[in-house]
Amino acid sequence: MLKTEPFILNIGPQHPSTHGVFRLRATMDGEIMTDVEPVFGYLHRGLEKLMEGRTYKENIPLTDRLDYVSAINNNWPYVLALEELAGISVPARAEYIRVIMGELQRIASHLLAIGSLMNDMGAFYTPFMYMFREREKILDLFSMVTGQRLLYNFMRFGGVSHDFPAEFLPALDKLLRTLPGFLDEYDALLAENEVLLGRTKGVGRLSAEMAINASVSGPVLRGSGVRWDIRKASPYSVYDHLEFDIPVGTIGDTYDRYRVRMAEMRESIHLIRQATQQLPAGKTMNNVPLRFRPPRGEAYAQVEAPRGALGCYLVSDGSETPYRCHFRAPAFLNLSALKEMLIGQKLSDAIIIFGSIDISMGEVDR
Amino acid sequence: MKLPALPELACSLGAEIDPSGSGLIVQPEKLLETARHLKETPGLDFTYLDMITAVDYPDNFEIIYRFLSLKRNEAVIIRTRVDKENASVPSISPLWRGADYQEREIYDLFGIAFAGHPNLRRIMLWEGFKGYPLRKDYQGNA
Amino acid sequence: MPTYPAISPDWPGNLWLHALVIGVFLIAFLMVTVMTYIWIERRGLGRFQARLGPNRAGPLGLLQAFADMIKILTKEDIIPSRADRLLFWLAPVAAFVPVVMVLAVIPLWPGLQLADLNTGVLYILAVSGIGTIGIFLSGYAGNNKYGLIGAMRETAQLMSYELPLMLALLSVVILTGSLSITELVAAQDVPFILVQPLGFVVFFLATLAEINRSPFDLVEADSELASGFNIEYSGMKFALLYVVEYSEAVVASVLVATFFLGGWRGPLLPPVVWLLLKMVLVFFVIIWIRATLPRLRIDQALGFAWKYLLPIALFNLVTTALTAVFLPNLSVWVVAPINILLAAAAMVLGARQFKPGHANYERLEP
Repeated sequence: MLKTEPFILNIGPQHPSTHGVFRLRATMDGEIMTDVEPVFGYLHRGLEKLMEGRTYKENIPLTDRLDYVSAINNNWPYVLALEELAGISVPARAEYIRVIMGELQRIASHLLAIGSLMNDMGAFYTPFMYMFREREKILDLFSMVTGQRLLYNFMRFGGVSHDFPAEFLPALDKLLRTLPGFLDEYDALLAENEVLLGRTKGVGRLSAEMAINASVSGPVLRGSGVRWDIRKASPYSVYDHLEFDIPVGTIGDTYDRYRVRMAEMRESIHLIRQATQQLPAGKTMNNVPLRFRPPRGEAYAQVEAPRGALGCYLVSDGSETPYRCHFRAPAFLNLSALKEMLIGQKLSDAIIIFGSIDISMGEVDR
Repeated sequence: MKLPALPELACSLGAEIDPSGSGLIVQPEKLLETARHLKETPGLDFTYLDMITAVDYPDNFEIIYRFLSLKRNEAVIIRTRVDKENASVPSISPLWRGADYQEREIYDLFGIAFAGHPNLRRIMLWEGFKGYPLRKDYQGNA
Repeated sequence: MPTYPAISPDWPGNLWLHALVIGVFLIAFLMVTVMTYIWIERRGLGRFQARLGPNRAGPLGLLQAFADMIKILTKEDIIPSRADRLLFWLAPVAAFVPVVMVLAVIPLWPGLQLADLNTGVLYILAVSGIGTIGIFLSGYAGNNKYGLIGAMRETAQLMSYELPLMLALLSVVILTGSLSITELVAAQDVPFILVQPLGFVVFFLATLAEINRSPFDLVEADSELASGFNIEYSGMKFALLYVVEYSEAVVASVLVATFFLGGWRGPLLPPVVWLLLKMVLVFFVIIWIRATLPRLRIDQALGFAWKYLLPIALFNLVTTALTAVFLPNLSVWVVAPINILLAAAAMVLGARQFKPGHANYERLEP
């Protein structure tokens, strides 16, 4: 036998597949990872500290910057927590607008997730570009409503910043009519590809017990077969008036996580359809005093963001700025299970397992 | 999501009910025992650690744990309070892998030590960073 | 079949003049074809990926390759401080020379070739293997772990795919009864793709692996190794490696066109046009595959060579040999349909037996 020795491979912080500035310090035995240590913090901006120095309203744009590919879903737990804390009511129309925008954002985010997962797998940008073509249409809708394409600063406590313009609902309707067909087509192209099946099936299995133990949430948890979705478990906004399914996987491999995301997009389309049908007329914003001071106290609100259960823990001391604001970042916690999934895998598999968790560094490092 | 029957829980754990009614307050030294009870008692099944965070109050640090029971769809918040001098609480990362990074984050940003944590190092900031930014008395050089 | 005047008449000088003129012509031919290929690949991939591709430099972006080359050549030439300087210099050259050498025996036009070796096929097999040493050295000499992993993959892959490649060529040689490329082309009254469909498939796939094209691009593996073996190269040396990559594609398409598509032969048009058309057709299929398939894992790639390509190549060799011995005078129009049927059957049966992935994923338990 030849004498061999393990070596240390730094994957990141500058690497095409780290989805931002993440670093994996992997001990490799040839192609196989024997140990792995994630290194965080390259994008740490001290958001939670920054929030303590700004008024409640000024903090909404900051929450956009958590998970920069699903900005609307990041506003949501913050405004929910604040509304709970201060007892602000939200007009019905605003609730529906939130749901429609939030679900559109989920589709956009999952398209990006699947596209970049395929990229990690080495399908040279083709699925990625097709996913982006669909995502682009959704971003056009967002810019129609908010004027922005990435960070929308959309929700307010007591409502939303903009009502739908007149041309929005027809455009949305057009999207909803075409998108399912495109999704079916992509699904057929991807999920019936032998190479893709060989690369994803049985790779990076995460058992349900381990997923629960590691506080994993979102599509990763559901991919492991745990039927848990905040929208069902503790319905916020108007989700209790809407019908939808929670898609789950069976064995918790990379393929299951892909399937769950694909199915969730279809559920989201279903949800948006119902929400547009039920969309009531009326105002979109309740009056909130300009110098807003919520009562002393604390609140915790959670929403199902594309990457998992995004929570916001808010403590108020009765002043204009939050005393403490903490975000339960799903991408950060999903990484808890990373070590479990990566050790013993080949380098190529490790990259796609990491991609299938779908992290966003803005949220991990905050 | 519902609240579990708090009085019974408080009775069996020897803890007091939080005045806000959302959970229990336990002593730091009883934390690990409480967590294990919540996780492993068959009728409770709080198997999912939702969140750990800390708040710097004027008198003490409060560390907040939120546990979920996925089976029964219940949530409970456990709080524990420690003094600011040499703040330390037992780590629950032997019970939950999900506690690992969150405890490191709190250690990093608040300077609260978690006794029994296998790898208690800074996570967001670099080794050698002075001070703990999320403490209220932190003077940043920004 | 029309006869064409031989391009190389009796030169006034001697063999040296012939070698000089044709040698310069071949290198110029290679460079121009490489430029064209770069353009075809970038525009073609753009179309596959629902985008435009480069269209700014010159009409239809034709000058993009020149612009790229000017950019690359004016870059700083960085040599890592702990690199093996001699090998670092040598590697791009060692990779480039064999590729050019292969072209020496290919007839671009009847008689237009540097040397009409009577052992042409053997020469091609011998020379093309050397290029791997250059690639391996370039991965090794930069003293980079990604490069080293890429280099190891390259070696493993070459060793596995050389065997089915040779076996596929061997059956072509049996049909021709000669190792000379000229005679090989002359023997293709019917292109060998019809007589040797299985040989064509094996040869084409093995060639894809040897030139590190998707789905066998593990050596570069953008998403894993961040371009692998050439990761430390910049400036002129990188340009050379980049040219090597496309030269390999040129040579591969020349070989496929010559061995299986009838080389320069074809009605009406001049021979070199036919050859170029066939080359571009082959290259287009290569791009098509690149735009479609994800990358294989290393064990899957090697397994594909040993468990799939090798058996069907052997099967092909045996049936070809039996036909040649027992039914030497059978009409080609009888042999071709039978062979196509046999090839389809062999490929389907082989695919039943071999699935990529170390586990048969149907057996995974939830």
